[in-house]
Amino acid sequence: MLAFKDFRSRELAKRALEVIEKLSTGESFTFMHVCGTHEQAITKHGLRSLLPENIKLIAGPGCPVCVTPASDVDAAVALAEDGKVVLTYGDALRVPGSELSLAQVKAKGGEVRVVYGIREAIKLAKAEPEKEFVFFSIGLDTTAPSIAAEVARGLPANLSILNALRLTVPIMELLMGMGDLHFEGYLAPGHVSAIIGARAYEVIPKAYGMPVVISGFEPIDVLLSIAMLIKQIYSGEARVENEYTRAVSYEGNIIAQELISRVFDVATVQWRGIGRVPFSGLKLREEYAEWDARERYDLKESRGVDIRPGCSCHLVIIGKLSPQECRMFRSACTPAKPYGPCMVSQEGTCNVAYRYSQQEV
Amino acid sequence: MCLAIPGVVKEIRGNIAVVDYGGVVKEADISLLESVEVGDYVIVHVGYAITKLTESEAKESIATWKEALERLAGF
Ligand code: SF4
Repeated sequence: MLAFKDFRSRELAKRALEVIEKLSTGESFTFMHVCGTHEQAITKHGLRSLLPENIKLIAGPGCPVCVTPASDVDAAVALAEDGKVVLTYGDALRVPGSELSLAQVKAKGGEVRVVYGIREAIKLAKAEPEKEFVFFSIGLDTTAPSIAAEVARGLPANLSILNALRLTVPIMELLMGMGDLHFEGYLAPGHVSAIIGARAYEVIPKAYGMPVVISGFEPIDVLLSIAMLIKQIYSGEARVENEYTRAVSYEGNIIAQELISRVFDVATVQWRGIGRVPFSGLKLREEYAEWDARERYDLKESRGVDIRPGCSCHLVIIGKLSPQECRMFRSACTPAKPYGPCMVSQEGTCNVAYRYSQQEV
Repeated sequence: MCLAIPGVVKEIRGNIAVVDYGGVVKEADISLLESVEVGDYVIVHVGYAITKLTESEAKESIATWKEALERLAGF
C-alpha cells in the first residue's frame, strides 16, 4: 500500500522553502486560502513560522460550520424543540444559535443525533418510520453532491432537509471586493475543486486579475502552490493553475455537478459574520420542495444573532484578525467551551489555532 | 466534517465500495464516479467518493513535485 507519508519528504519541503525565498526576493506577499483543511495543514505543520517573514498566509471563510448563520441554527433548534429528530454532523452540534445550540436543546431533552452523512440519516429515518427526521445539511461545494444524489433518488417520506449549503467561488469574489482586505493571490481548496473543477475559478483572474492556485493538503502541496503564486505575480500573469492534479481536473466531477444543478437552485444566503451574499448558496428546487424542511414545516427565517458581544469571529472568518488577537481566545473561549463559532469545529480557525499553537513555537 | 480522506477500494457491491483507509475499513457510495475498480484510490467525503486518484499518479507526484520545484527555481 502506498504510504501517504511519502508526501511529506523533508528534503522536498526544505527545497520548496528555499525556492520561495529566492523567488519572492524579500518582497511582501499575502495569500489567502478558503479551506478549513488547509488551515489545519498549515497550522499543524507550522508552515507560517517556516515561511520567510515576507510571506503571509491568511485564512478566509473555509469552515462551513463557522459560516452557518445563527438563523439556520435557530431553525434546527426550533425543529428539535418541536419534537422532530434533528440529525447533523458532529461539529455542528455546538455552533451557537441566537439563544441555543443543538447541543443545548439536546441537553434539555430534544432529540438531536450525530450522523456521518446523509446515508446514515436515511438509514435512521427508515428504521423509525413513526418519527419525523430532519437532516441539518451544512457544507460547501464538496458536500452538496451527497445531498443531491440522495434527493434525486428520493428520500424516505419521514425525512426532510434543512439546507444550509454554501458555495465557495461567490464568497471568494466577494472578499476581493472588500476595499480594506489586501492579498495577492488565492490558494483554492483542493476538495471543493475536485467537484467544481479548475474551470470554476476562471472568473477570478479574468474579472479581478487575481492569481489562483488549486492546492493539495500536504505541506509540500501548500509550499509549491505558494511558489506558483509568486511566479505568476512576477510574470505579470493571473490565471488558474492546478497544483493538485492528482485529484482535481479542469472540468471537475461532472456527475456531481449535474446532480447539483438538477436538485438545487442557486440562492442568496446569509453567511455568519459576512452578511447576505448574492447567489452564494443552494436551495432545493421547487420539484423537490416536499423534502425541504423549511417548506414542510413552514419555517420563518429568524433575524439571528450571528456574533455575540466580544467575539471577533466576523473578522477571523475573513482573515482580518488572527485568533490570538481576540481577547476571548484561550480565556473565555476554548474548544471545550466555545464562545464563538470559529472555536467549535475542528476546521474553525480559532479551534485549529488553539489545538496547534503550542507546537508552533 | 469537511475532512476528505484517501483510501483504497477493496470490494465493490453495486453503488457501494468497501474502502480501506490504512486499516480502518468503511463503506462509501461510489455513484458520483464514472468507473471505480478494486485497487483504485478514492477520496471520500461524508460517505461519498468524490474523486479518484490512481496509485501510480499519487506515486509519481513526488517526482512531479521535484520537477515543478526545480522549474520554479530556475525561473
Ligand atoms: S476566540 Fe472565540 S470569541 Fe474569539 S473570535 Fe474566536 S470564536 Fe470568537
